[in-house]
Amino acid sequence: MKILQIVEQAFRTLVEEQDDTILWLTQSMAGAGANLEVLLSGNAVYYAVMKNRQPAVKIGDWVQQEPADIPSDLGRILEQDIPVYVLKHELEERGLNVDMLRPSIKPIDRTQLVSLYKQVDQVWQW
Amino acid sequence: MENKKLTFAFMDPPFENERTITFFRIVDAALDGGADVQVFAYEGAAALAFALQKAHGNSVHHRDAEEEAHPLTKDWIAALQKKAERLGRQLDWVNCGLCVDERGVNESIPGCKRGSPADLWRYASSSFNTLVIGTR
Repeated sequence: MKILQIVEQAFRTLVEEQDDTILWLTQSMAGAGANLEVLLSGNAVYYAVMKNRQPAVKIGDWVQQEPADIPSDLGRILEQDIPVYVLKHELEERGLNVDMLRPSIKPIDRTQLVSLYKQVDQVWQW
Repeated sequence: MENKKLTFAFMDPPFENERTITFFRIVDAALDGGADVQVFAYEGAAALAFALQKAHGNSVHHRDAEEEAHPLTKDWIAALQKKAERLGRQLDWVNCGLCVDERGVNESIPGCKRGSPADLWRYASSSFNTLVIGTR
């Protein structure tokens, strides 16, 4: 069974969990044998162009030691041979474009979304 | 034999938004519909089964704790467990272990187990379909 994980809610819990919880879930489930693909949509398309980890948060004397590192998380997902797609028009709506994408992330348009949905057994919209 | 097993992955905590009660009502309806249900409680949802939840009175309502009978999600889960048993259906519930650790909500009511994303994969693989309800 193949599952498409749609990550739409970006930056949710990035500070507290030090990662995106669905990218983390994807890596963990893949480690348990799950057959997964990832689609970045909504504000999560920013993930596809990020180059740096998050800045460390400071609260009083408390300083974060290991802020979230989305580029590394996406890198690990790609190394697991999990396809990662991003919606082109949602990049463009935000002033981004396909030239900014990190290598191996596949831009798709709305019409390709149909075939992407058809090639998986379940679509999980997070 | 027809597979009527459904998996739910839920992320929201108790007492914060309307998705939580909607999720419980869907599970309740799924049991009515003859489905076996498997729940993976992720992130804030790991607190839904926390055994130390405590009902309180409400001075604005002029009611003490007994009169107020404040809803608690652990009681809703227990009620669903009882309903599933009465109907001869299966209700399995796994909390994400790391999620309960970071929230300090390890003490779950009976029947709610500690697990990992591997359980979500196992649940989804054995189900007719899966509904994920993420935090918004």
